Amino acid sequence: MMELIENLIGKNGLVFGFLLVGLIMLISSWLSKSMTRNKIPGVAIAIIIGLVVAGLGEEKGIASFPIFAGLGLLGGSMLRDFSVVSTAMGADIEKIKAAGLAGVIALFIGVLVAFVMGGIVAFAFGYTDAESITTIGAGACTYIVGPITGAALNASSEVIAISIATGVVKTIITTVSTPLVAKAIGLNNPQSAVVFGGLIGTTSGVAAGLAATDPKLVPYGALTATFYTGLGCLLCPSVFYLILKVFLG
Amino acid sequence: MKIYGVALLAFCFLLGKLIGSLLGQIMQINGDVGGVGFAMLFLILGNAYFKRKGWMVAETQNGILFWSSMYIPIIVAMAATQNVKAALSAGPLALVAGTVATLIAFAFVPLLSKLGNKKEPKKENE
Repeated sequence: MMELIENLIGKNGLVFGFLLVGLIMLISSWLSKSMTRNKIPGVAIAIIIGLVVAGLGEEKGIASFPIFAGLGLLGGSMLRDFSVVSTAMGADIEKIKAAGLAGVIALFIGVLVAFVMGGIVAFAFGYTDAESITTIGAGACTYIVGPITGAALNASSEVIAISIATGVVKTIITTVSTPLVAKAIGLNNPQSAVVFGGLIGTTSGVAAGLAATDPKLVPYGALTATFYTGLGCLLCPSVFYLILKVFLG
Repeated sequence: MKIYGVALLAFCFLLGKLIGSLLGQIMQINGDVGGVGFAMLFLILGNAYFKRKGWMVAETQNGILFWSSMYIPIIVAMAATQNVKAALSAGPLALVAGTVATLIAFAFVPLLSKLGNKKEPKKENE
């Protein structure tokens, strides 16, 4: 019987994923209503439950277990990007235009700030060579910029692993803390969401954080965040590295 | 028919990804630069064009709206498939660097949001 069920789920992983996520959503909206009187949105609780169960698995989170592999497909980049694009139906082009310039400035400042902060922390932890500091600074942009930069600069695999982990930490911190800080940083309108996406840049973190804050803001944040990784890959191993090299020799 | 909407979405998605990948190739990054952003712009433009032509009937629109309503469940599945263990076990450097970089970036949001609000006087609305 167990074998039969395992087989069934193995063959229909995506459908099993729909069922699981539906149950998580059901439980979290019930928790939101009964435990927090809707103060913490159900979406935020659902995402936190997701992260907690992800901690049970390895590299692919809970999808590391074959029976949950369907969640990997459901939460993978193809369907994620497809559904993020579909949210553009609710976006107002005039509001995007109004925030366009601020969004572009936010992208550059966002990459620079992440790089500098990551670099300073790396330095504080005892790294003094330009390659390692650049790679960890790049990891503080996103978990994709880190390894691409590290590979370009021939950084050690230990440093590349740290840079990936730094980027993943950023994604998780963004996911969890965006709804908590939203009010304090004025994240309640399309303009600030465009700026937010550009400053933070981790597409998954921005998308999840905004979804937990106010789903209406998702398209605006996702629009700018999607350019961040590319900009980071462009700037970190080139301009930023060369500047650091001048200072550190 | 709903599939018309889904097909329009798929077309915009693939076109955006294509441009993003070409841009990535030009920049010599093995990946896609802004593909989702381009796709979103195409969908906004395509939607406006279809509406003007009178092609965007409710059923077509529902095909796209279904996917935008699936967005949150997909994000939950994505959260459940993150490499949380690695993030927590890579040691304090990754934790501190990731956290500091994120929190400082948060602090810049109100500063730069003002730029976007130039036209209308800044007012606190909920």
